Amino acid sequence: MAIIDQPTPAGAAGNPAGAVGNPAGAVGDPASRVRLREGSAILRISESDAINAEALAEATQDGTMVVNMGPQHPSTHGVLRLILQMEGEVVRRSKPVIGYLHTGMEKTGEDLSYLQGPTNVTRMDYASPLFSELAFALTVEKLLEIEVPARAQWIRMMMCELNRMSSHLLFQATNGMDMGAVSMMLFGWRERELVLRELEKISGLRMNHNYIRPGGVAADLPDNWREEIGAVLDAVEPRLDEYDQLLTGQPIWRERLQGVGTVNADECLALGVTGPLLRSTGYAWDLRRDMPYLKYKEVDFDVLVGSFGDCFDRYSIRLNEVRESIKIVRQCIEKMPPGDYRLQDKKVTPPPRARIDESMEALIHHFKIFTEGFKVPEGEAYAAVESPRGELGCYIVSDGSAHPYRMHIRAPSFTNLQVMPHMLQDSLVADAVAIISTVDPIMGEVDR
Amino acid sequence: MTDDAAPDPDESTEDASPVPVLETVHGVPVTWSHGDRVLHATPDQMIDLATALRAEGCVSILDLTGVDYLTHMGRVVGPGITAERFELVITFMNHDEARRTRVRVQVPESNPVVPSLFDIYPGTEAAERETWDMYGITFDGNPDPTRILMPDGWEGHPLRKDYAIGSVPVQFKGAPTAK
Amino acid sequence: MPDIDIPLIGNTDNILQKGIGGLEHNFLTAKVEDLVNWSRARSLWPASFGLACCAIEMMAAGTAHYDLARYGMEVFRASPRQADLMIVAGRVSQKMAPILRQVYDQMMEPKWVISMGVCASSGGMFNNYAIVQGVDQLVPVDVYAPGCPPGPETLMHAILTMHAKIESGELMDRREEAGGGAGLVVEQRDGQTDSQVVLR
Repeated sequence: MAIIDQPTPAGAAGNPAGAVGNPAGAVGDPASRVRLREGSAILRISESDAINAEALAEATQDGTMVVNMGPQHPSTHGVLRLILQMEGEVVRRSKPVIGYLHTGMEKTGEDLSYLQGPTNVTRMDYASPLFSELAFALTVEKLLEIEVPARAQWIRMMMCELNRMSSHLLFQATNGMDMGAVSMMLFGWRERELVLRELEKISGLRMNHNYIRPGGVAADLPDNWREEIGAVLDAVEPRLDEYDQLLTGQPIWRERLQGVGTVNADECLALGVTGPLLRSTGYAWDLRRDMPYLKYKEVDFDVLVGSFGDCFDRYSIRLNEVRESIKIVRQCIEKMPPGDYRLQDKKVTPPPRARIDESMEALIHHFKIFTEGFKVPEGEAYAAVESPRGELGCYIVSDGSAHPYRMHIRAPSFTNLQVMPHMLQDSLVADAVAIISTVDPIMGEVDR
Repeated sequence: MTDDAAPDPDESTEDASPVPVLETVHGVPVTWSHGDRVLHATPDQMIDLATALRAEGCVSILDLTGVDYLTHMGRVVGPGITAERFELVITFMNHDEARRTRVRVQVPESNPVVPSLFDIYPGTEAAERETWDMYGITFDGNPDPTRILMPDGWEGHPLRKDYAIGSVPVQFKGAPTAK
Repeated sequence: MPDIDIPLIGNTDNILQKGIGGLEHNFLTAKVEDLVNWSRARSLWPASFGLACCAIEMMAAGTAHYDLARYGMEVFRASPRQADLMIVAGRVSQKMAPILRQVYDQMMEPKWVISMGVCASSGGMFNNYAIVQGVDQLVPVDVYAPGCPPGPETLMHAILTMHAKIESGELMDRREEAGGGAGLVVEQRDGQTDSQVVLR
């Protein structure tokens, strides 16, 4: 696994040769297997056909069997259903069936005001809710053409990196449990609890915070935050070394993850995959470094890439990204500027509570913002952040009113799931669990 | 035909105010929206544009989604572009130049069929299914044109503006209720 | 069925039909009933039915800081046949509803349901076409735990409330009288056309 710490010059050093320019379908196209219509790794039958005897008879002519895994199953991350076409123990083709957690959040988003928007989007990716809020807030701020104060940006960045830590620790825990290392579940949650308690102290909630709002953040950092967050980082860092001791070098762990679920960079790019899944193939693309937002240009961190595109690389990248996040948070603690935690624009952010007692105007603004909501100029914008799963983008169309006309979240897990049938092809059913686990989908954002 | 230069002053029309001419990139008009390049294609131009963008270096399609402008038909897209009820919004990503290109395709309600981009970018398969599910825009050539988020036999396309949100009226304490 | 009246215990047919509830209520059998209820409460095994954000908090409740193992509940049974408590943790979509009911039906009596979170209790903040407005439209719920998501402490409070209800025996009596389900007829919407599920 390589560590790349300088910005990669365009198209060169960090990325495998030929990753970009290969015309579709050319001879020697390394992404050819994902372009297949017939004979592909994807079992393209509809859900009703999957339980219909005549349709199945056609799919199983060659002695294979079609088996349903999920949506209620201890080893799938959330309500993901997999239809597997198996020849004995080997999975030939598969189809991930989603929609079991479809919540109509994009429709609900059209009914909520821009201030209520983060409460909605935060529940999409529930393992790293602050990223969804950040993407939404950045898009709204783009439409409003406002810029939040520096302190707000540093607070946002620090909170997001803490959230990245808790999400990757959750991954370590659930991945470990899926593989059978049940004690890893307890260790991962133990560390995650420390981070969650800190997030609760700052934002008020353990999960689904609604902390990052258009205009800044909801509240300033509490007193003693430097000591408390420093204590959390000091507690988590040595335990990552314990995970290395427990898992990384262990032969059984390696046997189960190395060489399993391999993909290459071209396949991932053709499918629109981003995040640790793409980086595990050796392709160095991280929005924090390549299209920086917030204050990522002012902190020093490495972008981690794998070499083989297998499950072990993905596990290892996520483990080390926790270390990188710890580095970033330490720098935030040092460099946090004083100032406003949100933009003091009375059309967008509510006035401080104390002022409501003093000023009629403040009371009216507060009332308008919380009931009607602030109006956003007409237009459309897209902004994206690097969430623990990949590029999390938000596309908002505004018609000039106080509610988004269209609110769409580009969920990284939705696109990342497309690579799963190709990873599962010709692997054993026992490895299916490892593969699903290292793709790390969060069904809330897949289904929205 | 690529024309990135400003319109030629010699080409001004006879009346006093010159008709604005949009620049074109890969043969389609381009506008700018909050720092992003937006290309406006018709359904017929989609495949050629996607091929050209891929040759330009756009390695992935990040996102493909629809918008229903039923209650906002008076919107202005750009001079020379007729606004239709549906719009297809596709986001391309170019890693070398580190920028995204947005393509907006106007899809008429009378014929909501567009070609599928699966052969150029196989990652659009799931997003096209979702757009069909939520809006009813048909993608000609998608290998698996079935519902993805709603149950298989569901009727209607939920994200359309004429599809009600389906909320259940909530009774509050003290409100008179029928026994 | 042999219909024999045993003094102080009750009618055998009654016992075979209703289990513990069929025993005659007197000083002798009350202790047996208490003992059975006590042990049922102390070893509730949840069926894993984590759907969304609440599932994360449910898992957090099962791990070291909050520790459901003190209630004998750390084993989340994958198979509903081996479980007696279903904690519906998360929002139930229209597509998921028949599956929820199917898993509930597979559980053996006596079984209980905790509806965890506001989405499971009432549809939560998602009052729209996609979410079932409360799982009590599908399964009979015994305890509702509010929160979005309810922290592990709230879930544990719900579990302790559940324990109290089981030990008092009121749930089994009430279900006997009122009927457990909502009495609704629900059409399955998962591609299996022409089938209906009657919720008793």
